[in-house]
Amino acid sequence: MALLEVQQLRAGYGPIEVLKGISLQVDKGEIVAIIGANGAGKTTTLMTLSGIVPVRGGSILFDGQDITRLPAYQIVSRGLAQSPEGRKIFPRLTVLENLEMGAFTRNDPQGVQADIEKAYHYFPILKQRAKQAGGTLSGGEQQMLAIARALMSRPKLLLLDEPSLGLAPMIVLKIFEVIRELNRDGVAVLLVEQNARMALKLAHRGYVLETGSITMSDRAETMLNDPRVKAAYLGE
Amino acid sequence: MATVLLADSTWVLFVNICLNGLTTGFLYALIALGYTMVYGIVELINFAHGDLFMLGCFFAWSLVSAAAVATGSTGALLLLLAILLLTPLFCAAINWSVDRVIYRPRRSAPKLNLLVSAIGVSFIFMNIGQLWGGAQDLDFPRLVEDRNLLPADSGLQFSLIDAIVISVTVPTMIGLAIFVKLTPLGKAMRAVAQNPMAAQLMGINTNRVISATFLIGGALAGVGSVVYVLKIPTINWAMGFQNGLYAFTSAVLGGIGNIPGAVLGAILIGMVYSLGSWYDARWATTLVFLILIVILVFRPAGILGTHTREKV
Repeated sequence: MALLEVQQLRAGYGPIEVLKGISLQVDKGEIVAIIGANGAGKTTTLMTLSGIVPVRGGSILFDGQDITRLPAYQIVSRGLAQSPEGRKIFPRLTVLENLEMGAFTRNDPQGVQADIEKAYHYFPILKQRAKQAGGTLSGGEQQMLAIARALMSRPKLLLLDEPSLGLAPMIVLKIFEVIRELNRDGVAVLLVEQNARMALKLAHRGYVLETGSITMSDRAETMLNDPRVKAAYLGE
Repeated sequence: MATVLLADSTWVLFVNICLNGLTTGFLYALIALGYTMVYGIVELINFAHGDLFMLGCFFAWSLVSAAAVATGSTGALLLLLAILLLTPLFCAAINWSVDRVIYRPRRSAPKLNLLVSAIGVSFIFMNIGQLWGGAQDLDFPRLVEDRNLLPADSGLQFSLIDAIVISVTVPTMIGLAIFVKLTPLGKAMRAVAQNPMAAQLMGINTNRVISATFLIGGALAGVGSVVYVLKIPTINWAMGFQNGLYAFTSAVLGGIGNIPGAVLGAILIGMVYSLGSWYDARWATTLVFLILIVILVFRPAGILGTHTREKV
C-alpha cells in the first residue's frame, strides 16, 4: 500500500523550474532510492515533500491525506521527517537538545525519553556526546545525530538526503547498516544519494532523476544491472 | 579598620562609580536584549528598538499623568506596579504588531530591505513621540523618593531607586535566561536562530517563534522604560536614539545574537560610561566607543560572540 504518492509534482526557485512534473511512490516498509547527478533536483524533491520549497503543481498524498499545501511545520507531525543534506545540526545546542528538537511536535515526555534511549541504542557515540554542542561533533557523528534527530518525531517515512556525503567509507557502512535496521523496525525510507551503488544495494526500488524528470524506475537489483545505469551512475 | 578604609575617599568614589555603572548597565541590558534576540533570530538590526523604548517611557508618562499623581506613598507604589505591568505589555504589543505588519511580509527579501524598513519605523516612532508629548523635555513625576539607603557618613550612594532598579532587572534577566535555556519555546528560539530551515524540518512554526521573540524583546524594552523614568525623570521624543545606540553597542560588544553577551556588554558600557562621566562628562561617550573599537579590533565577534564554523 502506498504510504507516499507523488503525482506530477512541479517546483522551483524564481524563474527556474527544477522539478518538471515528477511522479513517485513509496510503500509502507520500503526503502526507495533516488539517484541522479548534481543539480538533477534530488534535494529539491525532498525539500518540496517537507514543505520547505513551495509546490507549483501536482499533488502529494501521504498516508492517505493530501499534504500538498501544508506548511513545513505541520508535515512533521503527520509522520514525515527529514535528515537534510549537510546535516543542518543546531551547532550551539547540545546533542541532547538537538534530539529534543526533533521531538518538538510531540507531547509525550515519557515516549520522547524512551526514544532518546532508542537513538542512543542505534548510535551509542551520541550518548557519550550528549552534553556536547552539536557543532563540535565530527562529520560522521553529525550525520548520525541528523538521522537520530529526524527519528525523534517517530516518522512513518524518513527522508534522507545524502547521508554518505563527505564521510569515510567505514562510517558510511555503519550509517547504512543503521538505516537497514531502522527499516526492519518499520520505518519507510526515501533516500537521495550520489553514491548510487550503495544506495541501490540498500534500497528495494529506485528512481533515476535527470534534470527534473524521472527517467527510469525499477527494482533496485534490476537497476544495478542495467547497462545505462551502470554507464551513467556506477562508473562501469 | 573598616572605618579607615571607608574614610578613604578614592575607594568610596570607586564603589559609587561602580554601583552607578551597574544600574546604568542593567538598564542598557534590558534594551540590548531586544536588539540581540531579534538579531539572533532574523538577522535584523532593529533600528526602531530604541524608539520603542522611548514610546514606552511616554506610555508610562501618560499613565502616571492620567492617574494625576497619587499623593500617598502606597498610591505611588501601586502606580509604580501598574506601569511596571502595563508598559511592557504596551511595548510587547507594538513590537509584535510591527513585526507582523512590516517585517514579516519582507522575511524572504534581502536583509537590507528589512534594515531600511526598520529605519523607517524608527522615524515613525519618533514622530509619534513628538505628537504624543511635544518637542520639548517632559518631567516625569517622582514616584519614589530618591533616598540613600546607605549610612550618610560612609559617603556611599545607593538609593532606593537603585534598589528598585536592581530588584526589577536582575530577576527579569534571570527569568529570561531560564526561559531560553529550559522551556520548549526558548529552545525553539535558539534552534530557529541557529538554523531556521532545520527548525522548520523539526516541525517548528518559525513565524510563531519569531513573533514570540518580538513580544519578549518588546516587553524587556518596556521594563527598561520604567527603569529609566525611575532613574532619570526627564523624557523626550529623541531619547530613544542615544539610549538605543548605547544598548545596541552593548549588544555588539558582548557579541550580537548572544544573550549573556548583551548583559555583559551592557554592564561593561554602564561602568565605562559611569567612569567617564566622573572624569569628564564630555568624554564619557567618546570613552564608551573607544572601548568598543579596541575590543572589536581584538575580538571582532564581540566578547562572547563566536563565528561558528560548521563542519562539512
